[in-house]
Amino acid sequence: MPGKLKAKIVAGRHLPVMDRASDLTDAFVEVKFGNTTFKTDVYPKSLNPQWNSEWFKFEVDDEDLQDEPLQITVLDHDTYSANDAIGKVYIDIDPLLSSEAATVISGWFPIYDTIHGIRGEINVLVKVDLFNDLNRFRQSSCGVKFFCTTSIPRCYRAAMVHGFVEELVVNEDPEYQWIDRIRTPRASNEARQRLISLMSGELQRKIGLKVLEMGGNAVVGYLQCFDLEGESGLVVRAIGTACTLEKLSNSSAAAPPACNSPSKDIKEPPFSEDPNPNTHSSGPSTPLKTQTYSFSPSKSYSRQSSSSDTDLSLTPKTGMGSGGSAGKEGGPLKTLLRQQTQSALEQREFPFFTLTSFPPGFLIHVGGVVSARSVKLLDRIHNPDEPETRDAWWEEIRQEIKSHARALGCHAVVGYSESTSICEEVCILSASGTAAVLHPKFMQEGCLDGYSDPSRLSRQPATFSAGSEKGEFDIFPQSKDSSAALGLEEPSPPSCGFCHIPYDELNIPFPAHLTYCYHCRRQKVPDVLFTTIDMPAEAAVTGKGCLIQARLCRLKKKAQGEVNATAISNLLPFMEYELHTQLMNKLKLRGMNALFGLRIQISVGENMLVGLASATAVYLTALPTPGGIQIAGKTPSDITYEQHISNMQKKINDTIAKNKELYEVNPPEVIEEVIGSPIPEPRQRSRLFRSHSESSDEVSELDLSHGKKDAFVLEIDDTDAVEDIHSLLTDTPAPAGFYSCNTEIMPGIYNWTSGLQMFTSVRVFRLSNANLTNQGLNKIFNDLCENLLKSLYFKLRSMIPCCLCHLNFTVAVPEDELIQVAVTAVAMTFDKDQAQENWKLGADKTHMKAIVENEEQLQFPLELCTESPSTNPFSPCRGTGLQESANAHATPRAASVDYSSFADRWSSWIELIRLKAQTIRRGSIKTTSSLEKASPLPEGRSRSLRSTRSYAGSTVAVVKMTPLSFIPGTRIIKYLGIINMFFIRETTSLREEGGVSGFLHAFIAEVFAMVRAHVAALGGNAVVSYSMKECVFMENPNKNQAQCLINVSGDAVIFMRESELEATPAPPQTSCSGGEVTT
Amino acid sequence: MGKMSVELDVFVGNTTIMDEEVYQFWLDGYTVADAVRVRMEGGVLQECEASAEVLHSDTMDQFRTFQMCERLLHCPSKLANQLLFQIPPHRQAMLIERYYAFDDAFVREVLGKKLSKGTKKDLDDVSAKTGITLKSCRRQFDNFKRVFKVVEELKGSLVENIQQHFLLSDKLARDYAAIVFFANNRFETGKRKLQYLSFQDFAFCAVQLINNWTVGAVDNMVEDMDVDLDKEFLQDLKDLKVLITDKDMLDQHKSLVCTALRGKTKVFNEMEANFKNLSRGLVNIAAKLMNAKDVRDFFIDLVEKFIEPCRSDRWTAGDIKLFLTHYTNSVHILDTFKHQVVWDRYMGVVKSCILKMYHD
Repeated sequence: MPGKLKAKIVAGRHLPVMDRASDLTDAFVEVKFGNTTFKTDVYPKSLNPQWNSEWFKFEVDDEDLQDEPLQITVLDHDTYSANDAIGKVYIDIDPLLSSEAATVISGWFPIYDTIHGIRGEINVLVKVDLFNDLNRFRQSSCGVKFFCTTSIPRCYRAAMVHGFVEELVVNEDPEYQWIDRIRTPRASNEARQRLISLMSGELQRKIGLKVLEMGGNAVVGYLQCFDLEGESGLVVRAIGTACTLEKLSNSSAAAPPACNSPSKDIKEPPFSEDPNPNTHSSGPSTPLKTQTYSFSPSKSYSRQSSSSDTDLSLTPKTGMGSGGSAGKEGGPLKTLLRQQTQSALEQREFPFFTLTSFPPGFLIHVGGVVSARSVKLLDRIHNPDEPETRDAWWEEIRQEIKSHARALGCHAVVGYSESTSICEEVCILSASGTAAVLHPKFMQEGCLDGYSDPSRLSRQPATFSAGSEKGEFDIFPQSKDSSAALGLEEPSPPSCGFCHIPYDELNIPFPAHLTYCYHCRRQKVPDVLFTTIDMPAEAAVTGKGCLIQARLCRLKKKAQGEVNATAISNLLPFMEYELHTQLMNKLKLRGMNALFGLRIQISVGENMLVGLASATAVYLTALPTPGGIQIAGKTPSDITYEQHISNMQKKINDTIAKNKELYEVNPPEVIEEVIGSPIPEPRQRSRLFRSHSESSDEVSELDLSHGKKDAFVLEIDDTDAVEDIHSLLTDTPAPAGFYSCNTEIMPGIYNWTSGLQMFTSVRVFRLSNANLTNQGLNKIFNDLCENLLKSLYFKLRSMIPCCLCHLNFTVAVPEDELIQVAVTAVAMTFDKDQAQENWKLGADKTHMKAIVENEEQLQFPLELCTESPSTNPFSPCRGTGLQESANAHATPRAASVDYSSFADRWSSWIELIRLKAQTIRRGSIKTTSSLEKASPLPEGRSRSLRSTRSYAGSTVAVVKMTPLSFIPGTRIIKYLGIINMFFIRETTSLREEGGVSGFLHAFIAEVFAMVRAHVAALGGNAVVSYSMKECVFMENPNKNQAQCLINVSGDAVIFMRESELEATPAPPQTSCSGGEVTT
Repeated sequence: MGKMSVELDVFVGNTTIMDEEVYQFWLDGYTVADAVRVRMEGGVLQECEASAEVLHSDTMDQFRTFQMCERLLHCPSKLANQLLFQIPPHRQAMLIERYYAFDDAFVREVLGKKLSKGTKKDLDDVSAKTGITLKSCRRQFDNFKRVFKVVEELKGSLVENIQQHFLLSDKLARDYAAIVFFANNRFETGKRKLQYLSFQDFAFCAVQLINNWTVGAVDNMVEDMDVDLDKEFLQDLKDLKVLITDKDMLDQHKSLVCTALRGKTKVFNEMEANFKNLSRGLVNIAAKLMNAKDVRDFFIDLVEKFIEPCRSDRWTAGDIKLFLTHYTNSVHILDTFKHQVVWDRYMGVVKSCILKMYHD
């Protein structure tokens, strides 16, 4: 009996009237765990019963504790007939199993019924006593912490990153069991909810076991999904990144104040912030230290030593040899990196990381986006205990991703994620990530070995273990010292290093055009970078970023089985190609050169495929200025046609100019030295391939490069292209005062204030006309997304100036003629004035450091103005207008500059198309850059929302929710555990509940309420990294019925406002920067 | 765009977003289409480069939110304890206050009426007459009825009870106290002659009556203390009749008042001529108050028996005040009159009410 679970039922309130005669209810409660059930007494005739029960005690295995939820059922006692269920509460015990998370669950929980929704609330107390039982063969993995957050959680530091963990479990879907024909919808829904809860628990336990095996104690970037495969079953699968996390002992001491903008973290060498002097002197003998560098499973010691040997022997050679010519240096350096890291990573099956944000120095280079898709036919899962088929499917895809990454000269994939889209028996599996080269130090195994030479160690001043609020790895600072120690040539500056190509220039796996980095001028960079990660905080950007979406629909014939799968397989490559073309065009139209957070979703329906790609575009200072878009007609003889073309060209040029102003993309003037890079034949036109007849089986690679030309040339030789140009130009920018991005935060905005509004919006559109063309469909889908965005801006207009962050669109084709779009995001306010100051100061310099210094100088006075009461929604357009007009002069010039001098561009990707009977895989490799998510931004000057608690009269604690990993102006002081909840709601009185909108509106509000209640019961006041991973909506208006399934997840946390933290005596360490804030 | 229709459209914020202007449209019983039209005319479109579609979506969404909140607003204390909507407390207060606010035009129509199903059935007439939408009329009526039901049987101060149960502002709670008081005593307020009086005139009078004539005025720990008039007191009022039945006393009273007023008012002659009529009017009102039916006519009686005669003689408000002051005080000098306390309790209220009611 390794654990004792105790539960106490305190009281109920706002119960529904169950007895019409008396208008009252005789309520009692059943508390069930595993197969044991306890009951409270009946509390007669009350809507606010006070049970105040004894402690119900369950003696259980910790394995069960992990798998099972505590199930609380509230019933109405009926003497003469069966007791009526009022509703249920499922409580996940997991947070109580980790010593560092919550210790008690106590609070009001909504009583939920799948037919009636929330019906009153119940006050419950839950505790767990765990007994140590070390000798047992461990089936449980109690104590392994899970985080949805895709960065190292703030208030932890990563001592070690072990790598990829994955698991999946399958079962029959109760909805499709024969018994479902005779049981009530309620019973069926509850069976499903319970099963998924059990499966999630089991999955988490199994992943936990893998983590323990690897020697870790936590999973970061935990992503759990379920696939409703209908008749063929139910799959719950999860991926994550195993880590060994260490809690920062004194979070306030170790953490730099949150007001530190990300750039500030970079500026100061991290070790200078090290609160613990001991760590500086970290000798080779410090065991802790050694741990911190190791990255790989603690197994395979033999390899580590060899790899470290390589390291030692190679370093001097490469370092010296490459001396002057930076261009050549790339090769050997890369070889070295590869050698160093390969061995470490290769022993691992999949060197994947679900993290999207990393501490400075973790990412050396970013190769580009790698993705793979595969179409599968589902058939019944015969033996739930052996989910090999599904495992094998994913395994194939991962292998493919891995090989794509290799082709890009990368040994790892970061920002990795997997998803599915299912329609009837066809399933599209997708995986994508960003190929990357990681710092060799992270790749060392057994860490110690690599540094056993004391002399080497002594040369490293920076064996720091800087913890910070945002959580960090221990790394070598990006200083010359550390790289010197490594024997590497001068390292790339952090603000541009990740942009430098990881592959061998002379052996590029695809056509590409490189230039010398516009930042350091020493190494080659691509002209465009696509990535799936957040932008590294240290990256130098010009201006602000913006959300870019590519949208596409493709009709397909209805079909069955293999024919259907083949049809889908055939369509996929073209869809991806077009989505990429759209992205590229839109990127250029905004005068930007990199995408972060790229997410491409392709959803399958019975008669169409819908593709939606979202990303955050930025202008990376290190990359060349993008050329414009040039339109070419095919029949130049016709004069009116020429005129038409030139009109369009003008429109496009105008739009680019306007966008540059809007996003403050005003790159620094560049000295026109095109350093020996291969200058391509000027003006070679590469046309967009509209039809893909070329891409047949035998063509294994498509040249999809948009490179080899000055400007991106659009040849309008068919109507599609005209349409495309048209839709390009109709993308309306966000209204004045709004910015939007799908990454955590917006590049170029650093001064967030405390206004915060998380929201979910869902729209379903019915296509009423059966004779739709692809074009018509595209327009509809495009309008749909644009209108949804417009609605969001309108809704949130009172928050201006603000930014919609982590704008996450999900599309689905739930039925024949329906398209569903769901969005979850957070609107955050920022201080416009300060933003402009920063921009002004930052614009003319390419160096991040300079920005930081300026910021620092500015911080004090600016903070004062932020807090002045006059900061009500001011009209932002004014300010911008002025600003923009100032920039306007520069714009044309900049444009012309890049036109001539950045002749070489490349964008590369590899299209590997393999068609098999019913399986297609597809991977594309694009260039990318890496990044680290900017850290919590500055001080939330509490302009609007003061602290959330302490409102007189309100007994309900305020719980904030955000899809981001942090809340501006606050510090997370404790993680209480993962929230992973699955709900079903069904109605047979759709009209009475306000139609489909009324039904879903209420359900989403209920889901929010239940999440908040669980967080509050854990003692938390916020959910970070919140996401709605699933929203499956089905309706049958004729029968007045609808059903919806929602799956949400996030990390429950306790945060404190910076101002509150400062009120308590600040530890001396923070004073340096903290002082700035206090005023 | 005919090829596509929005089947479902929802927006849910972690903090519930509510626009006060849209809330008012909803309270006023606008249809979504009407609200959209009015908002467009109000220029909200320019605010954020929105389109009519966007506005429609936003309005629908908010109307739905309000509808879901309505259940909670019926019991405002639940709003603070519920978990479904996260609404900052100051917004909660706004929601409640606006929900319980009512139109003066509407309240004048139902003030003093029994809050019954019958009255509710007549609301379409009220709606037609006042131009207030039927939906809004129903909400206001149901609010009156709900407050009435809850506080009807409670001990303690009426205003405080209303405030406590419905979390209303002081001002609004007082207004509701008046409404409850009028409904309970069924005061007639709808006659043509009373049309010139505003709700605030009556609310003022209600406060006077509640503070001086109810059970609560003498004992603050009984049920209905602020709702029911003090029966004993009403009984005692009969004793005042001596002021008009005893001829000596009437004459003496008159001469005392005349002496005091001579030269101080332009309507002295009219006053002197009318004194006995006016005094009979006031005292008869008092004497009849023990009949519930006559209580209902209290205000109409004040108008017919006192205010109208004075108005036709062109008394000013100052004249009224002067007269009533001396009329009341002179009685103290009548040594044969034994009911000074009752008299003061009666005349104090009557004087305040008449002064409030004496206007065009």
